[in-house]
Amino acid sequence: MGLITPDYGLLVWMLISFGLVLFVLKKFAWKPIMQGLKSREESISKSLKMAEEARNEIKKLQVYNEELAEKARAERELALKEAKSLRDKIVEEAKNQAQAEAQKIIDKSRLMIIQEKENAQKELAQMASTLALEITEKVLRKQFADKDKQIEYFKDLLKEVSSKN
Amino acid sequence: MKPRTPKLNNFMRNFLKVRRSIFIGLFLLAAINLGSYQKVFASTQEEKKDSTHQEVAKEKFNTVDFIFEHIGDSYEWHVVTIGHNHISIPLPIILYSEQKGLNIFLSSKFHHGAESFKGFKWEREGKYKGKIVELNERGEILEENPLPWNFSITKLVLSILISSLLLCFIFIGIARKYKTNIDKAPTGIQNFFEPIILFVVNDIAIPSIGQKKYQKFLPFLLTVFFFIWFNNMLGLIPIFPGGANVTGNIAVTMVLALFTFVIVTINGNKNYWSHIVNTPGVPWFLKLPIPIMFIVEFAGILTKPIVLMVRLFANILAGHMVAIVFFSLIFIFGAIAVWAGYTISIISVSFSFFMTLLELLVALIQAYVFTLLSAIYIGMATEEHHH
Repeated sequence: MGLITPDYGLLVWMLISFGLVLFVLKKFAWKPIMQGLKSREESISKSLKMAEEARNEIKKLQVYNEELAEKARAERELALKEAKSLRDKIVEEAKNQAQAEAQKIIDKSRLMIIQEKENAQKELAQMASTLALEITEKVLRKQFADKDKQIEYFKDLLKEVSSKN
Repeated sequence: MKPRTPKLNNFMRNFLKVRRSIFIGLFLLAAINLGSYQKVFASTQEEKKDSTHQEVAKEKFNTVDFIFEHIGDSYEWHVVTIGHNHISIPLPIILYSEQKGLNIFLSSKFHHGAESFKGFKWEREGKYKGKIVELNERGEILEENPLPWNFSITKLVLSILISSLLLCFIFIGIARKYKTNIDKAPTGIQNFFEPIILFVVNDIAIPSIGQKKYQKFLPFLLTVFFFIWFNNMLGLIPIFPGGANVTGNIAVTMVLALFTFVIVTINGNKNYWSHIVNTPGVPWFLKLPIPIMFIVEFAGILTKPIVLMVRLFANILAGHMVAIVFFSLIFIFGAIAVWAGYTISIISVSFSFFMTLLELLVALIQAYVFTLLSAIYIGMATEEHHH
């Protein structure tokens, strides 16, 4: 068996066995292996895509949440502002009302005071006049206890009246 | 390029993990190599001593025979020799001759070539050295057609069958894992071979043939790659299942190159053939009176597979030869003086250790080169018109 002269027996056996190996591996090894690799590659790229989508979704959700929070905050602020103004209004109204009420009460009181005063004045006047009358009566009675004096007084009075007229 | 780096990194990591055990293995390998060859040499010496040339055997170590015995084919598979006992595996002899018809028997019937059986003899000397010849009734070699049709399962054939079975076993096993372990990260042996398979796909098949057509040729490229690689690696193991010089045999590489040639020729498109018959862009005088371009291009069709065949054959053969020559040095020097043999053995073992390291690399590189060139030839034959 020379070194560079191919032996036909070996050649034939090699042809048969390599052909068989090629056939068997093609059918039972390379095909499923390549399919497996391809399917794995696809599943990985699909997963990556899904992860990307999920990330985008989360981002979108985050943005939405932020928007929502912003909106809520704005709403709250608005509500607060409204409430504040409402409160102010109510307070103002209450104040006004109270003032009005107080004014009314004051007015009424003032009126009553005036009335009372008038009454008191009237009463006082009555009392004073009564007192004056009584005093006058008593004074007069005392003065006119003496008949001469009465006649003299009347004379004076008459004199006075006649001088005036 | 980017997505491939992690795979290669993964591969390198795996490689580094087993690096230490590889080194230890290599040392053992070199040691076993030395041991087995020493024994073989001792046995050949013994044999020769037993026969008539006593004084010749003592002095002369037949280096050429020693080397050719180890790189060539054989009808028995010598495993080891312990003392005077040869332990070798007898292999089936399948012969067909016009006179005796079909004969199938084990090579042990020849007693290593010492005896003839059923009128056939395994010649160890002379004109038909190493071949099986047909004898006449008087025990002489036939004058006409002395060589019967010989389809014996030789050492190399058995080695090819073993490696073929190994390939099928490993890759069908891996394929099963892709079915059971769907869309999961690869594990075990699948993890070891996946980067290599992907390397063949992404770095050999797709760049050479193109994205559109590579799938059709992928099974051939993968099979050729792993067939060559496995046989190269098995050739580095010195004992039984390995050690045969399969990919360093020209018949084996011829069949591989033939497959490439047939695939290229069958799949060559109109563009490819028109380039050969009527090469465009070449002055007319290179075509008309004498079709120089056609002759050159036609020669190109044939030289491509021949180059493939010779490159693989020569590289692997050279590797085996160098390793054996280093070991032969021990016996050549040992024949001069025993101490010289021992001294040179240190050098021989260390050199063959580095040769084995180199051969490990060569085993992969040659598989890669054969596959890459096959892919490039296929790519050239299936390329679309681009002018």
